[in-house]
Amino acid sequence: MANLESDFIGIKSPNPFWLASAPPTDKEYNVRRAFEAGWGGVVWKTLGSEGPPVVNVNGPRYGAIHGADRRLLGLNNIELITDRPLEVNLEEMTRVKRDYPDHALIASVMVPCEEDEWKRILPMIAETGCDGFELNFGCPHGMAERGMGSAVGQVPDYIEMVARWCKEATDLPVIVKLTPNITNILYPAEAALRGGADAVSLINTINSITSVNLDVMSPEPMIDGKGTHGGYCGPAVKPIAMNMVAEIARNPATANLPISGIGGVTTWRDAAEFMALGAGNVQVCTAAMTYGFKIVQEMISGLSQWMDEKGYESTADFVGLATPNVTDWQYLNLNHVTKAVINQDDCIKCGRCYAACEDTSHQAIEMSEDRVFTVKDDECVACNLCVNVCPVENCITMRTLEAGEMDERTGKPVEADYGNWTAHPNNPMAQAAE
Amino acid sequence: MTKSPLSEGVVAGRLAPGQLAENFADLHPQLEDHEALVAADRCYFCHDAPCMTACPTDIDIPLFIRQIATGTPEAAARTILSQNILGGMCARVCPTETLCEEVCVREVAEGKPVEIGRLQRYATDTLMAADVHPFERDTATGKKVAVVGAGPAGLSAAHRLAMYGHDVTVFDARAKAGGLNEFGIASYKSVENFAAREVDWLLKIGGITVETGKKLGDGLTLDGLKAEYDAVFLGIGLGGVNALGVDGEDKSGVLDAVDFISDLRQASDLADVEIGRDVVVIGGGMTAVDAAVQAKLLGALNVSLVYRRGRDRMNASVFEQDLAASKGVRIITNASPKAVIGNGAVREIEFEYTGDDLAPTGQTVRLAADQVFKAIGQTLEGEGLPALEGRKIAVDGTGRTSVDGVWAGGDCASGGDDLTVTAVAEGRDAAEDIHATLMA
Repeated sequence: MANLESDFIGIKSPNPFWLASAPPTDKEYNVRRAFEAGWGGVVWKTLGSEGPPVVNVNGPRYGAIHGADRRLLGLNNIELITDRPLEVNLEEMTRVKRDYPDHALIASVMVPCEEDEWKRILPMIAETGCDGFELNFGCPHGMAERGMGSAVGQVPDYIEMVARWCKEATDLPVIVKLTPNITNILYPAEAALRGGADAVSLINTINSITSVNLDVMSPEPMIDGKGTHGGYCGPAVKPIAMNMVAEIARNPATANLPISGIGGVTTWRDAAEFMALGAGNVQVCTAAMTYGFKIVQEMISGLSQWMDEKGYESTADFVGLATPNVTDWQYLNLNHVTKAVINQDDCIKCGRCYAACEDTSHQAIEMSEDRVFTVKDDECVACNLCVNVCPVENCITMRTLEAGEMDERTGKPVEADYGNWTAHPNNPMAQAAE
Repeated sequence: MTKSPLSEGVVAGRLAPGQLAENFADLHPQLEDHEALVAADRCYFCHDAPCMTACPTDIDIPLFIRQIATGTPEAAARTILSQNILGGMCARVCPTETLCEEVCVREVAEGKPVEIGRLQRYATDTLMAADVHPFERDTATGKKVAVVGAGPAGLSAAHRLAMYGHDVTVFDARAKAGGLNEFGIASYKSVENFAAREVDWLLKIGGITVETGKKLGDGLTLDGLKAEYDAVFLGIGLGGVNALGVDGEDKSGVLDAVDFISDLRQASDLADVEIGRDVVVIGGGMTAVDAAVQAKLLGALNVSLVYRRGRDRMNASVFEQDLAASKGVRIITNASPKAVIGNGAVREIEFEYTGDDLAPTGQTVRLAADQVFKAIGQTLEGEGLPALEGRKIAVDGTGRTSVDGVWAGGDCASGGDDLTVTAVAEGRDAAEDIHATLMA
């Protein structure tokens, strides 16, 4: 049986599944139940400064994108950080950590960008016995208007500065939570590293408008006829998040910077994918908000089964294994030639591959009178669109041509050697292969 | 005295009113909004979709399902109705399992087709519930067209012609329009007076006058219509019923299934409809099943549906056969009627077992019967009709008959499958040809 115990920058937890800082982790009641349900760690809902807490809107806080049968694919929110007094949160965190010493408890923090603010609050919070801090430089709505959250995360110099203050203020590990609302995730990640952060966590939510009420002509969620951009999360954002995780993991300057992966993790497989790309653990929010805390049981059993099948004894065995295979386009092997193949036994003759290829791609699928669909190898560029639109899994596959085999499209035999754009004759910048 | 299924003879009120209401409730309840979205989402939006090809009226099924999936069932209804103005009824009575849903790629792949029929009903019911008639009549042409028969073919033709601006008069022998939709199908397929409501809705196009109580040979002649109108469409159906041709057929209690169904449909209270304790229905088509199932639902103790060949040769779809069996109808195959036995009224009916080639075996069986419903096919009636092909009016692909200026469609015309949907298609196509001819 695989060992799911996790050690992320020295923070131990029974498994790599943490609940991200969000409504599910807003209070003792939830967090206790989350730990009982099996979550390995919790990043407590973001704490703010002492004094009167922030207030939230009193209308809807969430907007959603649904798939078939109202499956929640994307969620956005305009909720702010905790709206409960700091002292209450600290008391509760203390009790929870006392009762769950083996579970990870991280304090998410967001205070104004002033040195004394950060240096005063961190030691106070550390009194709870928490295992570390996560600096919320990510929230793109509300708090950003007040110079916090993503307003900090979008300025690498601020990230570095605040991270440094925090490292000076505490001996506990400091994780910097990054916003994806930037052009290049490497700048904030490198800034966090320069500031001394022990890790980064990403992604926070993406600026978004999920829908427009066409009767009122207002974005949703709508508050008294108006809406504002909210933070987008859930399964829909996973591809964006994974790319950012991979970019940091494969960037030489940040390759050794631990990453806590966040963004649409819904199943054990999502978690395994994030971790294969370099995340040391994962944080989950939307899946729990959609299905409740119990889903962690599937994540635990699924990851454990998969690790057993693959022979991985601990999560560290597979973290980052996919990172070396994330490369630049220019290094992809242009001599790797594939062709779509339609399995006629599996084909249900819906014709979607034909419509997609004929109307929008390379006119490489032929349709017979009796609805038999076949690939024209002399037209097929192996774009994979037919595979993706086919409703039958594995009905259309890509066959790799052997070296020496004729590519009917180009009329040339497939070359045996690796060859990429950097050395391609069509590339004006090409350097002759030595 | 309270009656029950056990009561002897032919009596009304075998079941309590509540039970009758439950028995005759909608066969396929309407999809709820969310159910419709889920059902619609299963459609793959096939290229050159097989379901469209299978639909006799060529409804753009993938398009209308996508319109439902995207929250515009009214637009979906318009897509349906532009091809099939009786799309609401067809959604209820079409044997979809042998048409669109049979060839749905998901039926082929998974044995579970997209529920096209129920989705069509969802769309059309949504529009009709809003009391919207989505088509407008063109500027009047001044041309007059007579449509004989207010069944599916005639109504379809009339609507299309009226839409093009022609003035249409529809004649029907019965007291109400609707034809078999109103008089000839099981009640549980057209609950809450749907057939009549659909006719009222259809007539909102304007330009259509309905004259009931008139038929060819009784108030109308083809020559007279030709003289008075610019074109004539015959959608007169099959008015006669085939006889069994056996001894004792004239005994009381031996009835035409179509009359039983018609009387039941027109009854104001099902508790007043008489039914035997032992009922035998002879035939293997939809009418036989409709009669047998409804006899059972009225409270008959024993209902047998007897067909002379094997089950695979029955015209009733497998779905209909299974429906009958599930309601407790006993399906007896390979048996041909030999004699009706009884003293004035039928008491028993004797069958001889026959092979699928109808070869007699010499072995007989008798079934107790208070009532025998004949459902062995209908025949064309009328005099002075255009030339026939076999036993129906000969028509070409656009419904033209041997008589210039006279078109025909539906069950009375050659070709087609004697389905509601086929009749609608034929009426529509004839109307297109009439319009083209009149405007040429």
